[in-house]
Amino acid sequence: MSRAGRWVREHLVLVLGLLVLAYTFVPIAIVVLMSFNAPASRNVYAFDGFTLDNWANPCADPGMCDALARSVQIGLLSTLLATVLGTLAAFALVRHDFAGRSASNLLVFLPMAAPEIVLGSSLLALFVATGFSGQLGFWTIFVAHVMFCLSFVVVAVRARLAGMDDHLEQAAMDLYATPVQTFRRVTFPLVFPGILGAALLSFSLSFDDFIITNLNAGTTTTFPMYVWGVAQRGVPMQVNVIGTVMFLVSVAIVVVGEVGNRRRLAART
Amino acid sequence: MTSTAGVAPPLDVPGTGTGPTPGAPPEVPPETGRRRGKTGYLLLLPGALWLVLFFVVPFYSLVATSLYDPAGSDFRGYEMTWAVGNYVDALQEYWRPMLRSLWYGALATLFCLVLGYVLAYAIAFKAGRWKNLMLVLVVAPFFTSFLVRTLSWKLILADDGWVVNTLQFLQVLGEDGRLLATPVAVVAGLTYNFLPFMVLPLYASLDKIDPRLVEASSDLYAHPAVGFFKVTWPLSLPGVVSGTLLTFIPASGDYINAELLGSPNQRMVGGVIQSLFTDANDYPAAAALSMVLMVLIVVMVLLYVRRAGTEELL
Repeated sequence: MSRAGRWVREHLVLVLGLLVLAYTFVPIAIVVLMSFNAPASRNVYAFDGFTLDNWANPCADPGMCDALARSVQIGLLSTLLATVLGTLAAFALVRHDFAGRSASNLLVFLPMAAPEIVLGSSLLALFVATGFSGQLGFWTIFVAHVMFCLSFVVVAVRARLAGMDDHLEQAAMDLYATPVQTFRRVTFPLVFPGILGAALLSFSLSFDDFIITNLNAGTTTTFPMYVWGVAQRGVPMQVNVIGTVMFLVSVAIVVVGEVGNRRRLAART
Repeated sequence: MTSTAGVAPPLDVPGTGTGPTPGAPPEVPPETGRRRGKTGYLLLLPGALWLVLFFVVPFYSLVATSLYDPAGSDFRGYEMTWAVGNYVDALQEYWRPMLRSLWYGALATLFCLVLGYVLAYAIAFKAGRWKNLMLVLVVAPFFTSFLVRTLSWKLILADDGWVVNTLQFLQVLGEDGRLLATPVAVVAGLTYNFLPFMVLPLYASLDKIDPRLVEASSDLYAHPAVGFFKVTWPLSLPGVVSGTLLTFIPASGDYINAELLGSPNQRMVGGVIQSLFTDANDYPAAAALSMVLMVLIVVMVLLYVRRAGTEELL
């Protein structure tokens, strides 16, 4: 048997795993490729020729960039509120004891377990019942996004807090730090990476949400809703430019985070 | 507490520093230094209030809406008539998309389990120093917009694309066989889009397994396959259960894949609910369907969890 053949046999599981991983990147490769596509017509979705036009004029369809800007706005606003509320709640659930703690944990868990279509239609039912069906738009989307991002923030921050050693805080208190000082100088810096991660997760959930948003948006259009709309009547290639940029930005964030982690670990030893 | 702990690890992205690093003790005994008093309530209150107002109350609203007089409209208003008939009507008309959703969701979950197990196993036991990099690569593709990704599957599976051409050449598909607008495309799309929901929990529980246990089984002359089924697989069950739940629930509620990759014959119930709400403005029927979907999913999940014997997960 050839050496390559033997290597594959010995690493069969790894090879299969890498194949699965490669498969998850196939659509991404297509998105990147299509971002350089010069389509022959709007109705045919196929690679016809190479161009840099899509990258040079990302806003050729102003509707897309409006939708994109709206998605970013909603993402930032709902992430801000969800992160604040979720972090406070996570502190309560890990560090404090009160009646109804397990009920609160359940309350946080359920929105993550319910299918999006049910969450979305419940909210819409509420908006209709309270006479807000005419005011669906930016703020109803915001309300919905804060609702479903909140649980993910709580879970992420809670995981960080629960895995944290509280001896450092006790040491600070032993050295006569006030509770406020302890929080500012010890607790918060330790939890901060968790909060940052939760905020990033929350932004990407909000930015990418379609099902809940589509039910509660009225005539307002977010980026995923724009893509949904053009999917029926011809997709401008700039959509793939945005897809590529999203991919690159998220990879960059992960890399920066990883490098930061390594540095911190190296500094500690 | 355990219920969420079973679901929590997959949700934070490994390598971004949001969670305990793999190998670190997963849970610190929670009883250390937990304070009593009002502060806890004050911290919890704003978030809990938001969830009550925009998650619990809406759910009540959904139940109420599903029982409204079906003749109501935005102009005439809605009347509560306890119209249980809404459920009967909705199911009579839409039982096909309803069952189809659960069926496609289950199929996609099964395929995710097979693909995801291979990938998670490779990362946990075979990746060595590349473990963290591979974990990052698992989630990286999924940061690109869900809809853009699904559109690119439309291109890959297109009628004159290389996938269809290859399958036609291999006689798997007939001369004019196609993949788009078939159940195959929809289930493939669902499988692809929800794969990380399976991989991450599987990895979390595979990574906790002490490799010495598997070594011990082979020292005792167990065939590697026996070692896998008697040692590795049972120990990975918590990951299998939370992975299948995290995949099945969103996959069966999804309609993006069905609408973009399928035809009306592959319509899933999410799409029906959506269009009843926003196009037909038939709120009572839409709410009733939504309720049925929710109840069916909960029943299936409970049956499944009971069978899997890991009740502490819920």
